[in-house]
Amino acid sequence: MLLIACPWCGPRDEAEFHYGPEAHHDHPADPALLSDEEWGRYLFFHDNTHGPRAERCCHSAGCRRWFHTVRDTAHHEILAVHRIGEPKPETA
Amino acid sequence: MTAESVPRHSPLAHAAEHFRTVTRLSGGALRLAEVPYLTQLTVRAEPGGPAVPGAERALGLRLPAEPNTLTRHGSRTALWMGPDEWLVLAPPEEAGGLEDRLREALADEESAAVADVSGQRTTVLVGGPASQELLARGCALDLHPRAFRGGCAQTTLAHAPVVLVARGAQKPGFWVLVRSSYAGHLGAWLLDAATEYTSVLVREW
Repeated sequence: MLLIACPWCGPRDEAEFHYGPEAHHDHPADPALLSDEEWGRYLFFHDNTHGPRAERCCHSAGCRRWFHTVRDTAHHEILAVHRIGEPKPETA
Repeated sequence: MTAESVPRHSPLAHAAEHFRTVTRLSGGALRLAEVPYLTQLTVRAEPGGPAVPGAERALGLRLPAEPNTLTRHGSRTALWMGPDEWLVLAPPEEAGGLEDRLREALADEESAAVADVSGQRTTVLVGGPASQELLARGCALDLHPRAFRGGCAQTTLAHAPVVLVARGAQKPGFWVLVRSSYAGHLGAWLLDAATEYTSVLVREW
């Protein structure tokens, strides 16, 4: 069981959270201007990271806010959390 | 005018007798009871923004800025629910009046909102010296006053989403705010978990 530190509520049980997709993979400002290949790349191509990966996370059973975590995909350690709009923290 | 009035019915009305029985059989360790029909208002506003002072004046209490904290004044309580969201609890008879005063105070604000959510949840009083231990059977949070300093939290209890509100230093126990549709489940779970303190299974309705 993971303890995830919500930026507002502090450490909570992972069962209180909803997992979101890869963070900083932003929706294109105007999808109509993209070619099919560019749109396909946005929709279907993601980094299949082995190691630290920024992900979205929602504290759905708590404050119901979305935020970002940096999770090591190899062993699930949560290396950092940051709020939406904040830059991804350095996790050496 | 032909207005039909539907009698009010609280989600745990059917459990009241069982709650009383558990309270009696626990010999003072526990007190279970529904606190029905509390006025509940959701207030949304930018923290520290221009709408907050007006809302606070209308409510007669400060809106807590720190996560998972609460403020009380008289019979009113404001719970932190999110960075820009509060839940105000007040006695049932304040329904309408308090909401109108808040609406008036926030009328000129563009980024503030108030909504009456009284029907969304009911409240269960879990009191007595064993209350913390009882809730710990279904809740991952540390509810000891040393750890649960803010006095309120949104979490899950027996898998049901709840808002836990500590009653304060003088009165051991909690208010458990639970959505109406989960109330039956939570009531049954509380009665089952209370078996330890009653030595009799008080359940089934």
